[in-house]
Amino acid sequence: MTVALPGKELAGKLEAQFPTSIVESSPASLIVKSEFLLRIARYLKATPGFDFDYLSSITAVDYGNYFELVYHLVSLEHNHSLVLKTRCYERDEPVVPSLFSLWQGADYQEREIYDLMGIRFDAHPNMKRIFLWDGFQGHPLRKDYSDDT
Amino acid sequence: MTLKTEHFVLNLGPLHPSTHGVFRLRATLDGEVIVDIEPVIGYLHRGIEKLAEGCTYKQNIPFTDRLDYLASMSNNLPYVMAVEKLAEINVPERAEYLRVIMVELQRIVSHIIAVGTFVQDLGAFGTPLLYMFREREKILDLFEMVCGQRLTYNYMRFGGVSHDIPDEFLPALAKFVDRMPGFIDEYDQLLAENEILLARTKGVGILPKDLAINISASGPVLRASGVKWDIRKADPYSVYDRFEFDIPTGSISDAYDRYRVRIEEMRQCVRILRQAMEQLPKGKVLTEVPLKLRPPAGEVYAHIEAPKGELGFYLVSDNSDKPYRFHVRAPSLINLTALRQMLIGWKLADAIIVFGSIDICLGEVDR
Repeated sequence: MTVALPGKELAGKLEAQFPTSIVESSPASLIVKSEFLLRIARYLKATPGFDFDYLSSITAVDYGNYFELVYHLVSLEHNHSLVLKTRCYERDEPVVPSLFSLWQGADYQEREIYDLMGIRFDAHPNMKRIFLWDGFQGHPLRKDYSDDT
Repeated sequence: MTLKTEHFVLNLGPLHPSTHGVFRLRATLDGEVIVDIEPVIGYLHRGIEKLAEGCTYKQNIPFTDRLDYLASMSNNLPYVMAVEKLAEINVPERAEYLRVIMVELQRIVSHIIAVGTFVQDLGAFGTPLLYMFREREKILDLFEMVCGQRLTYNYMRFGGVSHDIPDEFLPALAKFVDRMPGFIDEYDQLLAENEILLARTKGVGILPKDLAINISASGPVLRASGVKWDIRKADPYSVYDRFEFDIPTGSISDAYDRYRVRIEEMRQCVRILRQAMEQLPKGKVLTEVPLKLRPPAGEVYAHIEAPKGELGFYLVSDNSDKPYRFHVRAPSLINLTALRQMLIGWKLADAIIVFGSIDICLGEVDR
C-alpha cells in the first residue's frame, strides 16, 4: 500500500531546512511558497529517506483569488507519496517555477496547465500551447472564462 | 569538395495510418536520421475537463468512457472510485469482483489492440491483428451481455455497477478464460520469434530505467524498462489484494520488451480472471446513492493501473452536485513524453515502431 506521508510532520522537517517556506500543512498535503518550490522539490527528490523519484501528476485549480498547483509525488523505492502544493495569487501574468529540470515528466503536463489555465512555468524549455492552437484567446479552464470573448 | 546538407522537416500525419487517432509528428530529419521530433496534439481535444465541471457527478461517467475509448471500463473505475472516496460510499463485494473482471477483460482488449496494431505497423499485414480481433470480439460479446454496449460501456456507478451479470455471462467467461491461454500461445507462435519482428524491434527505442522514471512513464512502458511498479500491487485498490499474479518486466527496455510485457500481462489477466470467478460472492451489486449526489467539500485523487498506465482522477468538490475541478492524469499523454528521447538518432522508419510500442490513445491524450 502506498503510504501517504503526513504533511504536518514533513512541514516541521522542511521548515528547519527552509525557514518560512511553508504556507500550510494538513495530514493530506503540504502547501509551500512558490519561490521555495524548486528548492523543496529538489530536496525531496535527493534526500535519502524521501527519495521522491517519480512525479506522478501535476494539475492546477482555479480558486478565484488564487491558483493552486498540485503535485503528486511518489517514491517508487519506499512506496510513499506526498501531495505538494503551491499557490499563485497573480491573475494577469501568473508564473511559477517549472519542475522540468528535476522531472522531465513535467514537460507536457506543465504545457497543458499553461494552455488551459494560463499559468506560465518559469524555465520550461518549450512553454507554448499544447492542445489549443496558437492564436486561441483565453484559457478555458479558468473559472471566469467565457465562450463569447 | 564538401557536400552541403541541410535538415528538413517532415510532417507525419495528421492522421497517419499508424496513428491510433488523429496525431501529427513533426520530424526534423538529416537524411533518414531523426534529429528532433515534436508531437503535435490536440486534434481530438473536446474539453472534457471543462465540460465535466458543468455536469453532475453522475452525468460525467459517460464522459470517462470517451477518454481512452479502447478501454472504457478502465476509465469508469478510477472516476467512480474517486467519487466514492469523496462521498464515502461503500461498494458491495460482488460489485468489486465484477469491476475487477471487467477491467481485466478490458486490459486484454487494450493489449490486443496495442500488440495487433503494433505488428500491423511492422508490416505483418492483417493476419496477427485479425487473429487477435477474434478474441476481442468474444470479450466485446461479454461486455454487451452486461451492459448492452460494445465500445462505450458506462457500466460502473457510484456504489457498484449498473446491472448484475446475466445468467449466461459466467459460462461464457469460463469458456473464454479456458481458451485464451491457447490463443496467446498462438500469438507467440506467430510473433515471438518472428525474424522480421525481432530485427525491427530488438534494441530499438530503448528507454533506460532512470529516464523512464524521470519522465513519469507508467504502465507497460515503465515495466518494460525494468521497473517493477504496478499500482495493483503497489497501492492495491478494489479487491486486488486477494489475487495472486506476477508483474512482468523487461530487461533491455526496447520496443520488443514492451511488446513482450503486454503479452505476458494478458496471461496474468487470465490468472486474475480465474481467481475472481472462483471467489465471486453473491449479493447486491449497487448501493443506494442519492440521485443528486453532493459530496462534502474536499479533494481526492484515485488512481488505477489502466492498460496504458497510471490513470488517475483528481476531483475537487465544493459540496455542490457538480465537480469544481475534474482532472485526468492521462497515461497516454505522459508516456508520450518519452517518445522524443527514444527517437533522436534513429531512422524515420523506426519512429513508427517506437510510437506504436508506447500504445497511446488520442482520446485520452487530448481529452
